Amino acid sequence: MSLAELICPAGTPAALRTAVDAGADAVYCGFQDATNARNFPGLNFTPEELEAAVAYAHARGTKVLLALNTYPPAGKVDLWRHAADTGARIGVDAFIVADMGVADYIARTHPGVRLHLSVQAAASSPEAIRYYVENFGVKRVVLPRILTIPEIRKIRQDIPCEIETFIFGNHGLMVEGRCSLTNYLTGQSTNMDGVCSPASDVEYIRDEATGEMSSCLNGFTIDRFGPEEKAGYPTICKGRYTAPHRPEGYYAFEEPVSLNLSRLLPELIDAGVHAFKIEGRQRSKAYVRSVVSSFRRAVDDIRAGRTANIEDLVALTEGQKQTQGAFETKKWR
Amino acid sequence: MTIDPGAVLPPRPPGAGAFARLAATLVQPILGRVVRRVAARHASLFARLGPHQGTDFVIDPVEFPFALHLRPDPKALLFRAVPRDALPVAGATIRGRFLMFLELLDYEEDGDAAFFSRDLEITGDTEAVVRLRNALDDVDGSIAEEAAAMFGPPGRAILGHLRRKYSDDAMPGGER
Repeated sequence: MSLAELICPAGTPAALRTAVDAGADAVYCGFQDATNARNFPGLNFTPEELEAAVAYAHARGTKVLLALNTYPPAGKVDLWRHAADTGARIGVDAFIVADMGVADYIARTHPGVRLHLSVQAAASSPEAIRYYVENFGVKRVVLPRILTIPEIRKIRQDIPCEIETFIFGNHGLMVEGRCSLTNYLTGQSTNMDGVCSPASDVEYIRDEATGEMSSCLNGFTIDRFGPEEKAGYPTICKGRYTAPHRPEGYYAFEEPVSLNLSRLLPELIDAGVHAFKIEGRQRSKAYVRSVVSSFRRAVDDIRAGRTANIEDLVALTEGQKQTQGAFETKKWR
Repeated sequence: MTIDPGAVLPPRPPGAGAFARLAATLVQPILGRVVRRVAARHASLFARLGPHQGTDFVIDPVEFPFALHLRPDPKALLFRAVPRDALPVAGATIRGRFLMFLELLDYEEDGDAAFFSRDLEITGDTEAVVRLRNALDDVDGSIAEEAAAMFGPPGRAILGHLRRKYSDDAMPGGER
Protein backbone atom coordinates (compact mmCIF):
# COMPACT_ATOMS: atom_id res chain seq x y z
CA MET A 1 0.00 0.00 0.00
CA SER A 2 1.28 3.50 -0.84
CA LEU A 3 1.69 6.07 1.91
CA ALA A 4 -1.17 8.14 0.52
CA GLU A 5 0.17 11.42 1.83
CA LEU A 6 -2.37 14.21 2.14
CA ILE A 7 -1.20 17.36 0.32
CA CYS A 8 -3.21 20.37 1.45
CA PRO A 9 -3.65 23.95 0.28
CA ALA A 10 -2.63 27.10 2.14
CA GLY A 11 -3.29 30.57 0.78
CA THR A 12 -2.34 32.39 3.98
CA PRO A 13 -0.21 31.66 7.04
CA ALA A 14 -3.37 31.12 9.09
CA ALA A 15 -4.66 28.63 6.52
CA LEU A 16 -1.32 26.82 6.64
CA ARG A 17 -1.53 26.47 10.41
CA THR A 18 -5.11 25.27 10.02
CA ALA A 19 -4.07 22.62 7.48
CA VAL A 20 -1.19 21.44 9.66
CA ASP A 21 -3.43 21.23 12.72
CA ALA A 22 -6.11 19.38 10.71
CA GLY A 23 -3.67 16.61 9.81
CA ALA A 24 -1.96 17.53 6.54
CA ASP A 25 1.11 15.48 5.70
CA ALA A 26 2.29 18.33 3.50
CA VAL A 27 1.07 21.81 2.73
CA TYR A 28 1.62 23.61 -0.56
CA CYS A 29 1.77 27.38 -0.90
CA GLY A 30 3.27 30.20 -2.95
CA PHE A 31 4.76 33.67 -2.83
CA GLN A 32 2.85 36.89 -3.46
CA ASP A 33 3.85 37.13 -7.10
CA ALA A 34 3.56 35.55 -10.55
CA THR A 35 5.70 32.54 -9.67
CA ASN A 36 2.64 30.50 -8.70
CA ALA A 37 -0.70 29.72 -10.27
CA ARG A 38 -2.80 31.28 -7.50
CA ASN A 39 -1.45 34.82 -7.75
CA PHE A 40 -4.64 36.31 -6.32
CA PRO A 41 -5.01 39.66 -4.51
CA GLY A 42 -4.34 39.46 -0.80
CA LEU A 43 -3.33 35.82 -0.99
CA ASN A 44 -0.04 33.97 -0.43
CA PHE A 45 3.11 34.47 1.58
CA THR A 46 5.91 36.96 2.00
CA PRO A 47 9.34 35.31 2.46
CA GLU A 48 9.18 36.17 6.16
CA GLU A 49 5.73 34.59 6.48
CA LEU A 50 6.89 31.49 4.65
CA GLU A 51 9.91 31.15 6.92
CA ALA A 52 7.69 31.22 9.99
CA ALA A 53 5.23 28.84 8.34
CA VAL A 54 7.95 26.32 7.52
CA ALA A 55 9.11 26.42 11.13
CA TYR A 56 5.53 25.85 12.33
CA ALA A 57 4.97 22.96 9.93
CA HIS A 58 8.31 21.26 10.50
CA ALA A 59 7.89 21.43 14.27
CA ARG A 60 4.76 19.32 13.78
CA GLY A 61 6.18 16.90 11.24
CA THR A 62 4.47 18.46 8.22
CA LYS A 63 6.29 19.20 4.98
CA VAL A 64 5.98 22.45 3.03
CA LEU A 65 5.96 22.38 -0.77
CA LEU A 66 6.54 25.67 -2.59
CA ALA A 67 4.59 26.14 -5.81
CA LEU A 68 6.73 27.75 -8.52
CA ASN A 69 4.42 26.35 -11.11
CA THR A 70 4.05 29.11 -13.66
CA TYR A 71 6.04 29.77 -16.82
CA PRO A 72 8.51 32.68 -16.91
CA PRO A 73 8.08 34.85 -19.98
CA ALA A 74 11.07 34.57 -22.30
CA GLY A 75 14.12 36.26 -20.82
CA LYS A 76 12.39 37.14 -17.54
CA VAL A 77 13.51 34.33 -15.29
CA ASP A 78 14.93 36.34 -12.38
CA LEU A 79 11.70 36.33 -10.36
CA TRP A 80 11.49 32.52 -10.51
CA ARG A 81 15.18 32.04 -9.73
CA HIS A 82 14.99 34.40 -6.79
CA ALA A 83 11.89 32.59 -5.49
CA ALA A 84 13.69 29.26 -5.76
CA ASP A 85 16.73 30.62 -3.95
CA THR A 86 14.52 32.03 -1.20
CA GLY A 87 12.59 28.79 -0.85
CA ALA A 88 15.79 26.77 -0.61
CA ARG A 89 17.22 29.14 2.00
CA ILE A 90 14.03 28.88 4.05
CA GLY A 91 14.13 25.11 3.87
CA VAL A 92 11.04 24.08 1.94
CA ASP A 93 10.79 20.35 1.36
CA ALA A 94 10.07 20.46 -2.36
CA PHE A 95 9.43 22.78 -5.26
CA ILE A 96 6.40 22.23 -7.47
CA VAL A 97 7.43 23.28 -10.97
CA ALA A 98 6.04 23.25 -14.50
CA ASP A 99 8.60 25.07 -16.61
CA MET A 100 11.67 23.18 -17.79
CA GLY A 101 13.89 26.21 -17.33
CA VAL A 102 12.78 26.59 -13.72
CA ALA A 103 13.25 22.85 -13.17
CA ASP A 104 16.71 22.99 -14.69
CA TYR A 105 17.75 25.96 -12.55
CA ILE A 106 16.63 24.26 -9.34
CA ALA A 107 18.16 20.91 -10.31
CA ARG A 108 21.53 22.59 -10.87
CA THR A 109 21.43 25.19 -8.08
CA HIS A 110 19.57 23.39 -5.32
CA PRO A 111 20.07 19.69 -6.04
CA GLY A 112 19.25 18.73 -2.48
CA VAL A 113 15.65 19.91 -2.71
CA ARG A 114 13.02 17.62 -4.22
CA LEU A 115 11.31 18.60 -7.45
CA HIS A 116 7.66 17.80 -8.02
CA LEU A 117 6.18 18.23 -11.47
CA SER A 118 3.09 20.43 -11.35
CA VAL A 119 -0.18 19.54 -12.99
CA GLN A 120 0.50 22.70 -15.00
CA ALA A 121 3.15 20.75 -16.93
CA ALA A 122 0.35 18.53 -18.25
CA ALA A 123 2.58 15.45 -18.31
CA SER A 124 0.16 12.60 -18.83
CA SER A 125 2.22 9.91 -20.58
CA PRO A 126 5.07 7.75 -19.27
CA GLU A 127 7.34 9.19 -21.96
CA ALA A 128 6.70 12.79 -20.91
CA ILE A 129 7.08 12.01 -17.22
CA ARG A 130 10.29 10.03 -17.73
CA TYR A 131 11.74 13.00 -19.62
CA TYR A 132 11.35 15.20 -16.54
CA VAL A 133 12.68 12.48 -14.25
CA GLU A 134 15.75 11.78 -16.37
CA ASN A 135 16.64 15.39 -17.15
CA PHE A 136 15.73 17.24 -13.97
CA GLY A 137 15.53 14.55 -11.30
CA VAL A 138 11.80 15.01 -10.71
CA LYS A 139 10.69 12.83 -7.79
CA ARG A 140 6.92 13.14 -8.13
CA VAL A 141 4.42 13.98 -10.86
CA VAL A 142 1.04 15.59 -10.23
CA LEU A 143 -1.11 13.99 -12.89
CA PRO A 144 -3.57 15.95 -15.02
CA ARG A 145 -7.19 15.20 -14.20
CA ILE A 146 -7.85 13.47 -17.50
CA LEU A 147 -6.88 9.89 -16.64
CA THR A 148 -8.89 6.89 -15.48
CA ILE A 149 -7.66 4.84 -12.54
CA PRO A 150 -6.60 1.92 -14.81
CA GLU A 151 -4.57 4.42 -16.83
CA ILE A 152 -2.96 5.78 -13.66
CA ARG A 153 -2.10 2.23 -12.59
CA LYS A 154 -0.45 1.57 -15.96
CA ILE A 155 1.52 4.84 -15.83
CA ARG A 156 2.70 4.03 -12.30
CA GLN A 157 4.18 0.79 -13.59
CA ASP A 158 6.03 2.62 -16.35
CA ILE A 159 7.61 5.55 -14.50
CA PRO A 160 10.40 5.79 -11.92
CA CYS A 161 8.78 8.45 -9.71
CA GLU A 162 5.89 8.98 -7.34
CA ILE A 163 2.38 9.92 -8.43
CA GLU A 164 0.17 12.60 -6.89
CA THR A 165 -3.46 13.01 -7.92
CA PHE A 166 -6.05 15.62 -7.09
CA ILE A 167 -8.88 14.23 -5.00
CA PHE A 168 -10.98 17.28 -4.18
CA GLY A 169 -11.62 20.81 -5.36
CA ASN A 170 -11.87 22.96 -8.41
CA HIS A 171 -12.20 20.88 -11.54
CA GLY A 172 -11.12 23.39 -14.20
CA LEU A 173 -8.94 21.03 -16.12
CA MET A 174 -9.17 22.15 -19.77
CA VAL A 175 -5.67 21.57 -21.17
CA GLU A 176 -3.79 22.14 -17.95
CA GLY A 177 -0.83 24.44 -18.36
CA ARG A 178 -1.94 25.45 -21.81
CA CYS A 179 -5.23 27.27 -21.23
CA SER A 180 -5.23 30.74 -22.79
CA LEU A 181 -8.88 31.69 -22.41
CA THR A 182 -8.19 34.27 -19.69
CA ASN A 183 -5.43 35.83 -21.79
CA TYR A 184 -7.90 36.19 -24.61
CA LEU A 185 -10.33 38.27 -22.57
CA THR A 186 -8.11 40.06 -20.06
CA GLY A 187 -4.59 40.14 -21.44
CA GLN A 188 -3.31 38.41 -18.31
CA SER A 189 -1.92 34.93 -18.54
CA THR A 190 -2.99 32.09 -16.28
CA ASN A 191 0.28 30.35 -16.99
CA MET A 192 2.70 33.30 -16.83
CA ASP A 193 0.94 35.79 -14.51
CA GLY A 194 -0.52 33.06 -12.35
CA VAL A 195 -4.07 34.27 -12.38
CA CYS A 196 -7.12 32.89 -14.11
CA SER A 197 -10.00 35.40 -14.29
CA PRO A 198 -8.23 38.17 -12.36
CA ALA A 199 -10.53 39.62 -9.73
CA SER A 200 -9.87 43.13 -11.03
CA ASP A 201 -11.62 42.13 -14.27
CA VAL A 202 -14.54 40.32 -12.62
CA GLU A 203 -17.87 42.00 -12.02
CA TYR A 204 -21.12 40.60 -10.68
CA ILE A 205 -24.25 42.40 -11.75
CA ARG A 206 -27.52 41.77 -9.97
CA ASP A 207 -30.83 42.48 -11.64
CA GLU A 208 -32.97 43.78 -8.79
CA ALA A 209 -36.19 43.13 -10.67
CA THR A 210 -35.59 39.47 -11.53
CA GLY A 211 -33.02 38.42 -8.91
CA GLU A 212 -30.73 37.18 -11.69
CA MET A 213 -26.99 37.58 -11.31
CA SER A 214 -24.61 37.96 -14.23
CA SER A 215 -20.92 37.23 -13.90
CA CYS A 216 -18.79 39.26 -16.26
CA LEU A 217 -15.11 39.17 -17.15
CA ASN A 218 -13.65 42.35 -18.61
CA GLY A 219 -17.06 43.37 -19.85
CA PHE A 220 -18.05 40.02 -21.34
CA THR A 221 -20.96 38.19 -19.72
CA ILE A 222 -19.85 34.62 -19.15
CA ASP A 223 -22.83 33.32 -17.19
CA ARG A 224 -26.20 34.41 -15.86
CA PHE A 225 -27.70 32.67 -12.86
CA GLY A 226 -31.40 32.58 -12.04
CA PRO A 227 -32.49 33.87 -8.62
CA GLU A 228 -32.30 30.44 -6.98
CA GLU A 229 -29.62 28.90 -9.15
CA LYS A 230 -26.28 27.90 -7.62
CA ALA A 231 -23.31 29.88 -8.88
CA GLY A 232 -19.78 28.98 -9.93
CA TYR A 233 -16.43 30.69 -10.38
CA PRO A 234 -16.27 33.40 -13.06
CA THR A 235 -13.96 31.42 -15.32
CA ILE A 236 -14.44 31.32 -19.06
CA CYS A 237 -14.08 27.55 -19.22
CA LYS A 238 -17.14 27.22 -17.00
CA GLY A 239 -19.16 29.92 -18.72
CA ARG A 240 -22.57 29.33 -20.24
CA TYR A 241 -22.97 30.58 -23.75
CA THR A 242 -25.57 30.83 -26.44
CA ALA A 243 -24.97 29.61 -29.96
CA PRO A 244 -27.20 29.38 -33.04
CA HIS A 245 -27.89 25.73 -32.29
CA ARG A 246 -28.17 26.26 -28.50
CA PRO A 247 -30.11 29.52 -28.02
CA GLU A 248 -31.03 28.56 -24.46
CA GLY A 249 -27.37 28.76 -23.38
CA TYR A 250 -25.10 25.85 -22.55
CA TYR A 251 -21.78 24.99 -20.97
CA ALA A 252 -19.56 24.91 -24.04
CA PHE A 253 -16.37 23.75 -22.29
CA GLU A 254 -16.91 22.63 -18.72
CA GLU A 255 -19.52 22.92 -16.00
CA PRO A 256 -19.29 24.61 -12.60
CA VAL A 257 -18.60 21.45 -10.64
CA SER A 258 -15.92 20.26 -8.23
CA LEU A 259 -13.91 17.07 -8.13
CA ASN A 260 -14.62 14.75 -5.21
CA LEU A 261 -12.88 11.37 -5.22
CA SER A 262 -13.68 10.42 -1.64
CA ARG A 263 -15.29 7.18 -2.82
CA LEU A 264 -12.33 6.26 -5.02
CA LEU A 265 -9.56 6.60 -2.44
CA PRO A 266 -9.04 2.84 -1.92
CA GLU A 267 -8.78 2.26 -5.66
CA LEU A 268 -6.33 5.12 -6.07
CA ILE A 269 -4.15 3.79 -3.27
CA ASP A 270 -4.30 0.33 -4.82
CA ALA A 271 -3.27 1.82 -8.17
CA GLY A 272 -0.09 3.11 -6.54
CA VAL A 273 -0.89 6.78 -5.99
CA HIS A 274 1.56 8.15 -3.43
CA ALA A 275 -0.12 11.40 -2.55
CA PHE A 276 -3.58 12.95 -2.62
CA LYS A 277 -3.88 16.63 -3.40
CA ILE A 278 -6.67 18.89 -2.18
CA GLU A 279 -7.18 21.96 -4.36
CA GLY A 280 -8.10 25.33 -2.87
CA ARG A 281 -5.35 27.77 -1.94
CA GLN A 282 -7.86 30.52 -2.70
CA ARG A 283 -10.34 29.11 -0.20
CA SER A 284 -10.88 29.99 3.46
CA LYS A 285 -9.61 28.43 6.66
CA ALA A 286 -13.11 27.01 7.15
CA TYR A 287 -12.78 25.10 3.87
CA VAL A 288 -9.26 23.93 4.70
CA ARG A 289 -10.24 22.70 8.14
CA SER A 290 -13.35 20.91 6.93
CA VAL A 291 -11.89 19.24 3.85
CA VAL A 292 -8.49 18.36 5.32
CA SER A 293 -9.91 16.86 8.49
CA SER A 294 -12.47 14.84 6.51
CA PHE A 295 -9.87 13.37 4.19
CA ARG A 296 -7.43 12.87 7.10
CA ARG A 297 -9.95 10.60 8.79
CA ALA A 298 -10.75 8.84 5.53
CA VAL A 299 -7.13 8.10 4.64
CA ASP A 300 -6.38 6.95 8.19
CA ASP A 301 -9.39 4.64 8.10
CA ILE A 302 -8.33 3.12 4.80
CA ARG A 303 -4.76 2.64 5.95
CA ALA A 304 -6.06 0.90 9.08
CA GLY A 305 -8.22 -1.42 7.01
CA ARG A 306 -11.47 0.29 7.96
CA THR A 307 -14.16 1.57 5.63
CA ALA A 308 -13.82 5.30 5.16
CA ASN A 309 -16.89 7.27 6.05
CA ILE A 310 -16.28 10.68 4.61
CA GLU A 311 -18.71 13.41 5.51
CA ASP A 312 -20.74 15.24 2.94
CA LEU A 313 -18.63 17.99 1.42
CA VAL A 314 -21.00 18.99 -1.36
CA ALA A 315 -21.76 22.33 0.29
CA LEU A 316 -18.14 23.34 -0.32
CA THR A 317 -18.18 22.41 -3.99
CA GLU A 318 -18.49 24.80 -6.91
CA GLY A 319 -22.08 25.15 -8.00
CA GLN A 320 -22.78 22.69 -5.17
CA LYS A 321 -22.18 19.90 -7.64
CA GLN A 322 -19.47 17.26 -7.58
CA THR A 323 -18.01 14.76 -10.00
CA GLN A 324 -15.50 11.94 -10.16
CA GLY A 325 -14.63 13.21 -13.64
CA ALA A 326 -12.32 11.18 -15.83
CA PHE A 327 -11.12 9.18 -12.83
CA GLU A 328 -14.41 7.29 -13.01
CA THR A 329 -14.91 7.18 -16.76
CA LYS A 330 -13.70 8.75 -19.97
CA LYS A 331 -17.35 9.25 -20.85
CA TRP A 332 -17.34 12.27 -18.54
CA ARG A 333 -17.93 15.32 -20.77
CA MET B 1 -21.91 22.62 7.04
CA THR B 2 -24.73 25.01 7.44
CA ILE B 3 -25.76 26.03 3.99
CA ASP B 4 -29.34 25.50 3.04
CA PRO B 5 -29.33 24.53 -0.65
CA GLY B 6 -32.72 26.09 -1.12
CA ALA B 7 -31.88 29.38 0.49
CA VAL B 8 -32.17 32.65 -1.36
CA LEU B 9 -31.76 36.10 0.05
CA PRO B 10 -34.99 37.88 0.86
CA PRO B 11 -35.90 41.05 -1.00
CA ARG B 12 -33.76 44.05 -0.14
CA PRO B 13 -35.12 45.57 3.09
CA PRO B 14 -35.85 49.26 3.23
CA GLY B 15 -33.52 50.32 6.08
CA ALA B 16 -34.60 53.92 6.01
CA GLY B 17 -36.50 56.31 8.21
CA ALA B 18 -36.39 57.20 11.88
CA PHE B 19 -36.11 53.65 13.19
CA ALA B 20 -33.11 52.91 10.98
CA ARG B 21 -31.40 56.12 12.06
CA LEU B 22 -32.05 55.41 15.74
CA ALA B 23 -30.78 51.83 15.46
CA ALA B 24 -27.65 52.96 13.62
CA THR B 25 -26.96 55.59 16.27
CA LEU B 26 -27.35 53.12 19.11
CA VAL B 27 -25.00 50.54 17.63
CA GLN B 28 -22.30 52.99 16.54
CA PRO B 29 -20.23 53.09 19.78
CA ILE B 30 -19.99 49.30 19.75
CA LEU B 31 -18.81 49.20 16.14
CA GLY B 32 -16.15 51.79 16.79
CA ARG B 33 -14.72 49.87 19.71
CA VAL B 34 -14.75 46.56 17.86
CA VAL B 35 -13.01 47.79 14.74
CA ARG B 36 -10.32 49.66 16.69
CA ARG B 37 -9.58 46.55 18.75
CA VAL B 38 -9.43 44.24 15.74
CA ALA B 39 -7.18 46.69 13.88
CA ALA B 40 -4.84 47.03 16.84
CA ARG B 41 -4.54 43.29 17.40
CA HIS B 42 -4.26 42.27 13.78
CA ALA B 43 -2.33 45.07 12.12
CA SER B 44 -0.90 42.65 9.53
CA LEU B 45 -4.27 42.37 7.81
CA PHE B 46 -3.84 45.85 6.36
CA ALA B 47 -0.92 44.68 4.22
CA ARG B 48 -3.19 42.14 2.52
CA LEU B 49 -5.68 44.89 1.70
CA GLY B 50 -2.98 46.62 -0.35
CA PRO B 51 -4.44 49.45 -2.44
CA HIS B 52 -7.93 48.81 -1.08
CA GLN B 53 -7.26 50.26 2.37
CA GLY B 54 -9.07 53.34 1.09
CA THR B 55 -12.00 51.50 -0.51
CA ASP B 56 -15.47 52.11 0.85
CA PHE B 57 -17.06 48.73 1.59
CA VAL B 58 -20.76 48.48 2.31
CA ILE B 59 -21.61 45.37 4.29
CA ASP B 60 -25.31 44.84 4.15
CA PRO B 61 -26.81 42.41 6.69
CA VAL B 62 -30.29 41.88 5.34
CA GLU B 63 -31.94 41.37 8.73
CA PHE B 64 -30.68 44.71 10.06
CA PRO B 65 -32.46 48.02 9.70
CA PHE B 66 -29.18 49.56 8.54
CA ALA B 67 -26.03 48.64 6.63
CA LEU B 68 -22.38 48.93 7.66
CA HIS B 69 -19.83 51.18 6.05
CA LEU B 70 -16.20 50.10 6.37
CA ARG B 71 -13.17 52.00 5.13
CA PRO B 72 -10.19 49.96 6.37
CA ASP B 73 -7.66 52.76 6.24
CA PRO B 74 -5.28 52.19 9.15
CA LYS B 75 -4.67 55.93 9.42
CA ALA B 76 -8.36 56.84 9.48
CA LEU B 77 -10.33 53.71 10.29
CA LEU B 78 -14.03 53.98 9.61
CA PHE B 79 -16.72 51.47 10.56
CA ARG B 80 -20.18 52.88 11.02
CA ALA B 81 -23.82 51.93 10.85
CA VAL B 82 -25.68 53.82 8.16
CA PRO B 83 -29.38 53.81 7.20
CA ARG B 84 -29.71 52.41 3.69
CA ASP B 85 -31.02 55.70 2.36
CA ALA B 86 -27.84 57.47 3.48
CA LEU B 87 -25.16 55.07 2.28
CA PRO B 88 -22.03 56.42 0.57
CA VAL B 89 -21.11 55.43 -2.97
CA ALA B 90 -19.64 52.00 -2.37
CA GLY B 91 -16.48 50.67 -3.93
CA ALA B 92 -17.80 47.22 -3.15
CA THR B 93 -20.95 45.89 -1.53
CA ILE B 94 -21.29 42.58 0.30
CA ARG B 95 -24.79 41.45 1.13
CA GLY B 96 -26.07 38.51 3.14
CA ARG B 97 -27.62 37.44 6.39
CA PHE B 98 -25.94 38.76 9.53
CA LEU B 99 -25.68 35.29 10.95
CA MET B 100 -23.87 34.17 7.81
CA PHE B 101 -21.40 37.05 8.21
CA LEU B 102 -20.95 35.91 11.80
CA GLU B 103 -20.12 32.41 10.59
CA LEU B 104 -17.57 33.81 8.14
CA LEU B 105 -15.88 35.76 10.94
CA ASP B 106 -16.25 32.76 13.22
CA TYR B 107 -14.28 30.66 10.73
CA GLU B 108 -17.19 28.27 10.37
CA GLU B 109 -18.33 29.24 6.89
CA ASP B 110 -16.42 29.42 3.62
CA GLY B 111 -16.94 32.59 1.60
CA ASP B 112 -16.75 30.86 -1.78
CA ALA B 113 -19.31 28.27 -0.67
CA ALA B 114 -21.61 31.05 0.52
CA PHE B 115 -21.20 32.70 -2.87
CA PHE B 116 -21.92 29.45 -4.73
CA SER B 117 -25.09 28.93 -2.69
CA ARG B 118 -26.13 32.56 -3.36
CA ASP B 119 -26.23 33.26 0.38
CA LEU B 120 -23.61 35.93 -0.27
CA GLU B 121 -23.90 38.62 -2.92
CA ILE B 122 -21.10 40.89 -4.00
CA THR B 123 -21.23 43.82 -6.34
CA GLY B 124 -18.74 46.51 -7.26
CA ASP B 125 -14.99 46.01 -7.12
CA THR B 126 -14.45 42.26 -6.90
CA GLU B 127 -10.73 42.61 -6.21
CA ALA B 128 -11.49 44.72 -3.16
CA VAL B 129 -13.81 42.04 -1.82
CA VAL B 130 -11.27 39.28 -2.48
CA ARG B 131 -8.58 41.26 -0.66
CA LEU B 132 -10.85 41.94 2.32
CA ARG B 133 -11.83 38.29 2.50
CA ASN B 134 -8.21 37.11 2.36
CA ALA B 135 -7.10 39.69 4.91
CA LEU B 136 -9.77 38.68 7.40
CA ASP B 137 -9.17 34.99 6.78
CA ASP B 138 -5.52 35.35 7.75
CA VAL B 139 -6.55 36.25 11.28
CA ASP B 140 -6.07 33.36 13.67
CA GLY B 141 -9.07 32.43 15.74
CA SER B 142 -12.48 34.05 15.63
CA ILE B 143 -12.92 37.79 15.22
CA ALA B 144 -16.49 37.36 16.41
CA GLU B 145 -15.22 35.81 19.63
CA GLU B 146 -12.71 38.60 20.12
CA ALA B 147 -15.41 41.19 19.64
CA ALA B 148 -17.76 39.44 22.05
CA ALA B 149 -15.02 39.11 24.66
CA MET B 150 -14.59 42.89 24.69
CA PHE B 151 -17.99 43.13 26.35
CA GLY B 152 -17.37 40.46 28.96
CA PRO B 153 -19.91 37.80 29.94
CA PRO B 154 -22.87 39.66 28.33
CA GLY B 155 -20.97 39.81 25.03
CA ARG B 156 -20.14 36.12 25.15
CA ALA B 157 -23.72 35.26 26.06
CA ILE B 158 -25.05 37.20 23.07
CA LEU B 159 -22.55 35.50 20.75
CA GLY B 160 -23.51 32.12 22.14
CA HIS B 161 -27.17 32.90 21.57
CA LEU B 162 -26.51 34.00 17.98
CA ARG B 163 -24.46 30.87 17.26
CA ARG B 164 -27.24 28.66 18.59
CA LYS B 165 -29.76 30.57 16.52
CA TYR B 166 -27.67 30.10 13.39
CA SER B 167 -27.24 26.44 14.14
CA ASP B 168 -30.98 25.99 14.78
CA ASP B 169 -31.94 27.94 11.68
CA ALA B 170 -29.59 25.87 9.54
CA MET B 171 -31.29 22.64 10.51
CA PRO B 172 -33.53 21.14 7.82
CA GLY B 173 -36.78 23.01 7.74
CA GLY B 174 -35.39 25.89 9.73
CA GLU B 175 -36.28 29.42 8.84
CA ARG B 176 -33.45 31.39 7.31
